[in-house]
Amino acid sequence: MEEQLASVSFQVPDMTPALPEIFVLTMACVILVVDLFLTDRNRVITYLMSLATLLGAAILTFSLHTGETVLSFDGSFISDSMADVLKFFIYLVCAAVFIYARQYLIDRQLFKGEFYVLGLFGVLGMMVMVSAHSLLTIYLGLELLALCLYAMVALQRDSGIASEAAMKYFVLGALASGLLLYGMSILYGITGSLDIGDIGAYLAAPGSSDNLALMFAVAFVIVGLAFKLGAVPFHMWIPDVYHGASTPVTLYIGSAPKLAAFALVMRLLVEGMEGLHVHWQDMLIVLAVLSMAAGNVIAIAQGNLKRMLAYSTIAHVGYLLLGILTGVTTGYAASMFYVIVYAIMTLGGFGMIILLSRAGFEAENLEDFKGLNERSPWFAAMMAILMFSMAGVPPFLGFWAKFAVLEAVVRADMVWLAVVAVLFAIIGAYYYLRIIKLMYFDKAEETTPLTSGTDMKLVMSVNGLAVLALGIYPSALLALCAGAMATFGG
Amino acid sequence: MIETLDTAMGGIPQVVWIVIKILAIVLPIMGSVAYLTLAERKVIGYIQVRIGPNRVGPRGLLQPIADGLKLMMKEVIIPTNANRFLFILAPILVLAPSLAAWAVVPFDEGMVLADIDASILYILALTSMSVYGVIIAGWASNSKYAFIGALRSAAQVVSYEIAMGFALVGVLIAAGSMNLTDVVMKQQGSFLHWFWVPLLPLFMVYFISGVAETNRAPFDVAEGESEIVAGFHVEYSGMTFALFFLAEYANMILVSILCALMFFGGWLSPFQGIPVLEGLFAWVPGIAWVLAKTAFFLFCFLWFRATFPRYRYDQIMRLGWKVFIPITIVWLLVAGAMVLGNVAPWFD
Amino acid sequence: MNIEPIIFYFFSAILVAASAAVITVRNPVHAALSLVLAFFTSAIIWVLLEAEFLAITLVLVYVGAVMVLFLFVVMMLDINLVPLREGFIRYLPVGALVAIIMFVEMVIVVGSNRFGLDVFGAGMKHGPDYSNTKELGSVLYTVYVYPFEIAAAILLVAIIAAIALTMRRRPATKFQDPSKQVLVKRNERVRMVKMAAENKTTPNE
Repeated sequence: MEEQLASVSFQVPDMTPALPEIFVLTMACVILVVDLFLTDRNRVITYLMSLATLLGAAILTFSLHTGETVLSFDGSFISDSMADVLKFFIYLVCAAVFIYARQYLIDRQLFKGEFYVLGLFGVLGMMVMVSAHSLLTIYLGLELLALCLYAMVALQRDSGIASEAAMKYFVLGALASGLLLYGMSILYGITGSLDIGDIGAYLAAPGSSDNLALMFAVAFVIVGLAFKLGAVPFHMWIPDVYHGASTPVTLYIGSAPKLAAFALVMRLLVEGMEGLHVHWQDMLIVLAVLSMAAGNVIAIAQGNLKRMLAYSTIAHVGYLLLGILTGVTTGYAASMFYVIVYAIMTLGGFGMIILLSRAGFEAENLEDFKGLNERSPWFAAMMAILMFSMAGVPPFLGFWAKFAVLEAVVRADMVWLAVVAVLFAIIGAYYYLRIIKLMYFDKAEETTPLTSGTDMKLVMSVNGLAVLALGIYPSALLALCAGAMATFGG
Repeated sequence: MIETLDTAMGGIPQVVWIVIKILAIVLPIMGSVAYLTLAERKVIGYIQVRIGPNRVGPRGLLQPIADGLKLMMKEVIIPTNANRFLFILAPILVLAPSLAAWAVVPFDEGMVLADIDASILYILALTSMSVYGVIIAGWASNSKYAFIGALRSAAQVVSYEIAMGFALVGVLIAAGSMNLTDVVMKQQGSFLHWFWVPLLPLFMVYFISGVAETNRAPFDVAEGESEIVAGFHVEYSGMTFALFFLAEYANMILVSILCALMFFGGWLSPFQGIPVLEGLFAWVPGIAWVLAKTAFFLFCFLWFRATFPRYRYDQIMRLGWKVFIPITIVWLLVAGAMVLGNVAPWFD
Repeated sequence: MNIEPIIFYFFSAILVAASAAVITVRNPVHAALSLVLAFFTSAIIWVLLEAEFLAITLVLVYVGAVMVLFLFVVMMLDINLVPLREGFIRYLPVGALVAIIMFVEMVIVVGSNRFGLDVFGAGMKHGPDYSNTKELGSVLYTVYVYPFEIAAAILLVAIIAAIALTMRRRPATKFQDPSKQVLVKRNERVRMVKMAAENKTTPNE
């Protein structure tokens, strides 16, 4: 036995950088077991433990943050500034999702431990994606997240529309994973390595990039990523899934996973295939223009707020891609800023739907927002801030996000692209401002007061005010993103 | 032993030599199967205070020959609307894996047809394949009873395979090898060095799962003659039925010899390490010990059948999933800890 | 005489035939059985590649467990094949065209001129001491321990999801508690009653 063990050279990997992941996994398993022994009345313990997990993970990430890039587990795990910043926002956004979801789930008899356990495993999947540094871990993180999302959508078992959404999501998601995997396998075949660093080094060498098979790989990878991000023409699942899933799940799907998807794009395209930038830039331009156009135009026709926000998401993805396709550090930083801002705004938007809903009534139609000012001036103001921000009106946060990506595009000498983006942003402003009009200038049909818990109202207020405050002082967040992106690009 | 013969008969082409070896393994198995049926009837007979078959030949010793002849003479009836090809294929698919598994079973040091590294895995893979024969038989018969038997059998075999696989992983951890010869050699010392002591729960799980995997009483719901006539082979007759019969008994012998090899020291003498007795029994060849131990486990199979009432189907599932799998998983951790802690006298 | 190519071509032919049968045969049970055959033959080809551990695992996991459950389900389905085949002829030209285009593209892009032997070189042959199992084991828990653990988490999530989506507690269902059944005492089941002996009387007709 001894000789056998000795013949295997085993070096224990440095687990310290992955402590947040290990912590979240352990806590998710603990919560899973604890939840078994709880009655419905004590279910709040699951909820509090989930929040504590996110808090603990945030503390761990913060205390382990050095600003330096650390590789571990034989290069399949990376801890750098981008990973730490994105992880931090993932915890924040997910904590808000959990808080928003509580009352909604209780009212509808959906307050089960599985929502929180799957949510935490989803967080783990996002963390793995954000910190992935090999094709293998990227794919596994993606699947871990996706599996949690499919299950969460289907969790509302008695709802036909939710089951339909889950089925569509599952089939299209599996297709996208297959495409991505196919691209990855070709990439592996050509470069002979799963490690992102090695692939990047291989493709950076001159002359290595003119290979037809490589184009094939890039195309497949981009199609897979576009599916996951929801960029046109691979966006079909987004409206149905957002509409079909129960609102807390929509909130979850719409917010934090986009942060992880951004990291995915950065790791794969920028870190792994920067040598092929000229090739993927064109593809991203097409995706971005189509997304901005289709998202903003179709959103106008939507009467359902969840569907409208879904198309708004598609449009936002278009803007997000603008920063990445410039291929320079400032562009990446602008995109990262955009995705963080987007997550915060989406959180507020869907949070508002939850706030206005109550048992047996979903405030998901535009009419439900009529005369909100009479019912609750404070939350009408919050909603107005969010809508102004999404439309990109100064001085709210959304304006700076759009400004940052447009600036990056102009700097990259693609003025026409910036003009197109502004044009569609103006079209998009229409449907955001329409909600403000409904809230302030129409008569209320509903007069019931808002019934949500104090925690929800508090976080909702913080959410709205943050959009305003960060909009007035965007420099801190901008500097954070610029710092996180310092190691990317040239 | 085979090596010495190998050199002596160096002139014969390899292929012929392999065929001879295969025959040397398969023919005795067939013989054992035949006489195991007689043993079964005799043992159960005496347990039930009867005598058992005693008419054909001296003390009934020719009974299996007579049974075999009878089965060979009978017509193979193929039911109406049965799927002809699959109907005939099924018994072959049942028998083939249970015979192929013997390729890696050692009877003494070096006395093995194929001394491969992953022999435990190989056996596990092959035994898991015999379920196809049962399923196909049930489906191709175009009969309700046969189909229910096939479904029962499929679910049962898949469930117990997990526990069985985990038990084998325990052996693998203890021995540090998947080669059965290595597993036996690792148990040298005395009968207390055999793996049944440190792996007692795994041995129990393995043996009981083995009974379940072979669809023997008290887990014989796949046949369940009081409920579904004869289960998956209700429509079979003559030689096709005989093949199912052969396979069942060959599998029993296989499970028994594997128990002997993995948990009871295989060909090692039980008197090893005992001062006087060890010398006294030194003349006994290793193969005799293996066969004696195998015979004991085979007797247990028969004993179970005579003793226990049949399990109800949901109880079988409960036992497999809720009792055996947790036990094996826990004991894997214990076994791992024992190996790491170099617990004497097994892992020092 | 080198027997390896003969073995390879023999089993490859079976593999291709079995795979073709999976998608062409009419009976779903036959299709599933063909898939079993395809798995088994690919395992044999893997053995030729010196990947005996993977080969045996393929048989153990896919042939021995996954396909059994698959077959289990397929056998119980009562599929009416006629509606499934409706429009088959109508869609055939389009489907065939797409398939041919994809095939040609694949051959152009990932054909042997890019991934062939002259680009990557022939695989190395190992001696009799080489153990594929040991090689796999030594990297699986060291170099690839992180992906391995994530894969475990994925499987755990799959279990949670499957149970959360399908398990329904029906309050009306009655369950037995085996441990209670085992621990039952005589007093709980049998009541001993003392009765005075009956007088023997002659029946009066």
